[in-house]
Amino acid sequence: MITIAKPGLLTSVQDLGRYGYQKFGVITSGVMDPVAHRVANLLVGNDEKEATLELTLLGPDMEFSEDTLISICGGNLSPTIDGKSVKLWRSVWVKAGSRLRFGGCKTGCRAYLAVAGGFEVPEVMNSKSTYIRAGIGGFNGKALQNEDELEIGTPSELSANISKILADQIEDKKFAEMQWTISSEFTVSSASKPDVRVMKGRQYDWFTTDSQMKLFTEPFEVTSQSDRMGYRLKGPELSLEEEQEMLSEAVSFGTIQVPSEGNPIVLLADRQTTGGYPKIGQIATVDLSIMAQLKPGDTVQFVEVSHKVAQQLYLDREKKIHQLKQGISLKIRK
Amino acid sequence: MKFTLEPLGDNSIIIELGDDISREIQQKVKKVSSFFEECSLDWIIETVPGFTTVAVFYDPLKIETTTLPYETVCEELTRLLEGLSVDQDGEPRIVEIPVCYGGEFGPDLEEVAEHNGIIPEEVIDIHSNGEYIVYMIGFAPGFPYIGGMSEKIAAPRRKNPRLKIPAGSVGIAGKQTGVYPIETPGGWQLIGRTPRKLFLPDGDTPSLLQAGDQIKFVPISQEEFLKMKEDEK
Repeated sequence: MITIAKPGLLTSVQDLGRYGYQKFGVITSGVMDPVAHRVANLLVGNDEKEATLELTLLGPDMEFSEDTLISICGGNLSPTIDGKSVKLWRSVWVKAGSRLRFGGCKTGCRAYLAVAGGFEVPEVMNSKSTYIRAGIGGFNGKALQNEDELEIGTPSELSANISKILADQIEDKKFAEMQWTISSEFTVSSASKPDVRVMKGRQYDWFTTDSQMKLFTEPFEVTSQSDRMGYRLKGPELSLEEEQEMLSEAVSFGTIQVPSEGNPIVLLADRQTTGGYPKIGQIATVDLSIMAQLKPGDTVQFVEVSHKVAQQLYLDREKKIHQLKQGISLKIRK
Repeated sequence: MKFTLEPLGDNSIIIELGDDISREIQQKVKKVSSFFEECSLDWIIETVPGFTTVAVFYDPLKIETTTLPYETVCEELTRLLEGLSVDQDGEPRIVEIPVCYGGEFGPDLEEVAEHNGIIPEEVIDIHSNGEYIVYMIGFAPGFPYIGGMSEKIAAPRRKNPRLKIPAGSVGIAGKQTGVYPIETPGGWQLIGRTPRKLFLPDGDTPSLLQAGDQIKFVPISQEEFLKMKEDEK
């Protein structure tokens, strides 16, 4: 069991999202950075769909009441166990009674904490993701609070084998980290103005040529009005050639829509299911993680990508994650 | 059936079935979305109906193809859509929404009446005698976009939106009427409240209403409201 001693800014149970219910207006929720989430799960021998804790900017403090295999991936929120710093993107074996704390945010914006066996919270509509506004899913439908007690599920055989390797190295320490980590292509970039690839949106042609050009040539800043639902950006004003009535239709993770005042909004994990603003762009799925790790004040450079290339990039990325998965189980079996 | 296909993202496609809000297009939207929901193709994750569109979210990894999954998905969707007939039969499902109008549940009823130069009872009469169609569900879980309200009771949004609108509130914004499934902030003029739950997270379908449903608002007294509320629990 894990007991929350300090909840942090926004800590919630999330998985890859609640799909199949958007037609009823039920948002998908789920993690903001799917890659960090999936890798965190793989490093503890979980299915990549298992729920993790999503930590935001200021992470929580928590205590482990049993020996637990964990991994922390995504943004670097300076994790420490009993005062000693813990490495990201690794399998980590934590002794019972240890206290995991997070400090300042060094890179990125969100970290994912996976535990072997996953978190034992009930599934609502086939997902453990927390949907805070509707008060469903996750731990009691809410962000974690002080003294919340999270039960841990039964670890897989792979988890048990990873734990065994680390338990043999622990000696009298509070925790042991795996010697090896994963390729840097999955980790969070610390670039100051990362490139994010964007496809033309369905109403791209509605915008002035000047706006179309500026979308891909000028940087945009993430404003403080940004959360899990979406990021409001600040940059050159994007305007329509002429006012047009837009009928609400489906939006997607990474849709860039532009309300009439001209500042784009990037729709993220807690986005509504449909939208009525013109869509100037759509972030390529492979670059959603980069976007989700930006925090207010950060800037981003959108780079045009064709829809076909974006899909090919997605297929290539999935292949690599599949290889990573196989690589981990091969390494452990040896 | 006439349609166009366009990508929404790298794992979703939008099927466009028309360009204005009408019953006819709504029926096509409903037909297409329920067809793809029921045809159990393993690469379809879900469909999301809009006013004139149906979005199909798919899993590119589940598509066997020698080209790009998108191309195969377009071919498959085209083949299936061309085989669909545009029969206009199928009576819509009628769902009754009991509403306790005015009083503490409808604090803006008088303002709506005044705005239109009629008395509150007329607002209730017009609102509860309209023929309403649910075009789509969105904005919030179970929230219906309803068409068909009489312009005689149209009213602009409140200048100062309320921070909390209780679940079940029935409101008017411009020419639209709607029912709030969960507590949210909002600027709608509230004319009443229903004891029925529109968002049912534990149900087989989490929304009382579905795109294509016909709605009938039925006036009820406060006693009936309280009794129904008790029964809903």
